[in-house]
Amino acid sequence: MTHLAVDICGLRLKNPTILASGVLDETGKSMLAVAKAGAGAMVTKSVGKEPRAGHQNPSIVELQHGLLNAMGLPNPGIDAYAAEIKEAKKSGVPIIGSVFGGSEDEISELAGLIEKAGADAVELNLSCPHAKGYGSELGSTPELVELICRNAKRRIKVPLFAKLTPNTSSISSLAAAAEKGGADAVVAINTLKGMVISPDARMPILANRFGGLSGQAIRPVGVRCVYEIHEAVRIPIVGVGGIGNGRDALEYIMAGASAVQIGTAVWTEGVGVFNKVCSELLEFMEHNGYESVKDMVGVAHSGRR
Amino acid sequence: MFTIAEHRDETPTTRTIIFKEKLAAVPGQFVMVWVPGVDEFPMSASYTSKDFGITYQVIGDGTKALAAKDVGERIGIRGPYGKGFAIHGKRLLMVAGGAGMAPLAPFIEESVDHKVIVDLVLGAKTKDELLFEGRAERAGAKVHVSTDDGSKGLKGLATESVASVLRNEKFDCIYACGPEKMIVGLLEIAEKHGTPMQASLERIMKCGIGICDSCALDGRHVCRDGPVFSELELRSFEELGRTKLDTSGRKVRI
Ligand SMILES: Cc1cc2nc3c(=O)[nH]c(=O)nc-3n(C[C@H](O)[C@H](O)[C@H](O)COP(=O)(O)OP(=O)(O)OC[C@H]3O[C@@H](n4cnc5c(N)ncnc54)[C@H](O)[C@@H]3O)c2cc1C
Ligand SMILES: Cc1cc2nc3c(=O)[nH]c(=O)nc-3n(C[C@H](O)[C@H](O)[C@H](O)COP(=O)(O)O)c2cc1C
Ligand code: FES
Repeated sequence: MTHLAVDICGLRLKNPTILASGVLDETGKSMLAVAKAGAGAMVTKSVGKEPRAGHQNPSIVELQHGLLNAMGLPNPGIDAYAAEIKEAKKSGVPIIGSVFGGSEDEISELAGLIEKAGADAVELNLSCPHAKGYGSELGSTPELVELICRNAKRRIKVPLFAKLTPNTSSISSLAAAAEKGGADAVVAINTLKGMVISPDARMPILANRFGGLSGQAIRPVGVRCVYEIHEAVRIPIVGVGGIGNGRDALEYIMAGASAVQIGTAVWTEGVGVFNKVCSELLEFMEHNGYESVKDMVGVAHSGRR
Repeated sequence: MFTIAEHRDETPTTRTIIFKEKLAAVPGQFVMVWVPGVDEFPMSASYTSKDFGITYQVIGDGTKALAAKDVGERIGIRGPYGKGFAIHGKRLLMVAGGAGMAPLAPFIEESVDHKVIVDLVLGAKTKDELLFEGRAERAGAKVHVSTDDGSKGLKGLATESVASVLRNEKFDCIYACGPEKMIVGLLEIAEKHGTPMQASLERIMKCGIGICDSCALDGRHVCRDGPVFSELELRSFEELGRTKLDTSGRKVRI
């Protein structure tokens, strides 16, 4: 029987589509709606210790093939957010708690706190390209990635995911460092650092000037990153970046991803995108004789000369 | 970017901008207005048929900077976004509180164009702050004025005025935009009279396109599922009139 269920480091997902961090996940009730729409798991908004308003508007620019955003990690702080996780858990779908912090100590403390709040796994946001001192800068060298993962791993029992930045010359060394530090899976990719300027206003549109590019435009970069990482690590990979239909997801899976996350496509497709990706995946599998998603993971690596 | 063709005062605290460019918006839809170097914020389209325009209350830094823009200057506009008002029936009651009149004014004109009879309950703090009273009358609506201080019309809240209008006449649908407490009060009145209702709501908006969750209301999104919601939806909201999210996503009391 063809089926979509996947297992990632012991997390059982009814299908391989996961809500990406930062999209419709600031509140538990929104996550319940996403779960109802068919997501196999959901990553929370990246949460820090204190409430944070994020950047001034404009914080988003709509582009033809994606979005540029500089939300600036707005979040109510871990204490208040615990209630949202509790609400989201009513869905019965695994909740992956995303955290960010300014130091390895802060990150590991948050990892512990979000596990306590009920997260079924913890995702470290080592890769936000537009919040000063958070994420990307901490996550841009293999040494720091290894150290942060090792510290966080000590604090939690649930699986640890490391979400990596593509704004580096070698994402596979970051992935190898995460594996060495004890991460149970890597997530790739976060947004690509970018800028949009309004010629009329003669200035960057985003109040933060810089932002992160997501959506269709970045899919070839994401697929390449997952492909490279697959050759560098043995732990599972979660692919993310510009997935909006079944074939997009297949690209990531065949590059080496065991599951995929979807963010920006919720803008273009609505939350129906989860069901759409799933039914298109299933149709491809039935046509091509694949019984489970696992059988397709990394197949693009074989048959090369 | 859009060019300011006309910029005028409506009341001591509200101004209208008519743009040179056209935009196909439905009454009730909104745009995100970017004042370069200052802020970007949501504003309802207050002119939707021949011209495109917005009418705004001068409150904080963003709207103050907007108020300082001259004719010929350009500002960023993206949209229109969200769901607007829909005509239900032949006899409609509209209820506007303060700047809540901005999206209802073009809806009144549209409704009258469709041969619908419109009554408007227009509420404001004081008579100087009554927005688009003349415009509604010119369109052909029967206007019932109420002011908090009694300087014109009925002294008291718009909801009290609605209750008295409903005592004498029956309407096919009620449309509301204004303070959330007013909308909650109207829901009760509408239920008592068995009249359906639509209302436009406000929440903090960042993306305006349904992905950031900052405008979340009971798992729905004011920017994409609203800002105009049906009575059924309004009744299903536990957070309506009680809590909203601040800019960090924290729930705060209204
Ligand atoms: C769908 C929608 C339509 C609106 N239409 C109109 C309109 O036609 N006319 C009008 O006068 N006002 C309208 N508003 C309210 C308007 O957006 C705020 O008054 C405006 O943002 C204030 O900006 P400011 O910088 O001057 O004030 P600030 O000092 O920045 O804020 C004052 C208050 O305005 C509100 N506000 C600020 N930023 C935002 C934001 N990004 N999103 C939502 N609310 C915000 C908050 O309640 C805040 O406390 C609308 C709001 C929404 C959500
Ligand atoms: C509006 C928005 C907010 C985001 N916020 C976060 C965040 O808080 N933490 C994080 O790790 N990634 C965040 N991301 C990145 C996404 O999780 C994802 O890695 C990226 O957008 C690529 O996937 P996509 O093309 O499917 O959106 C955000 C993306 C967008 C568009
Ligand atoms: S404003 Fe971003 S989801 Fe509505």
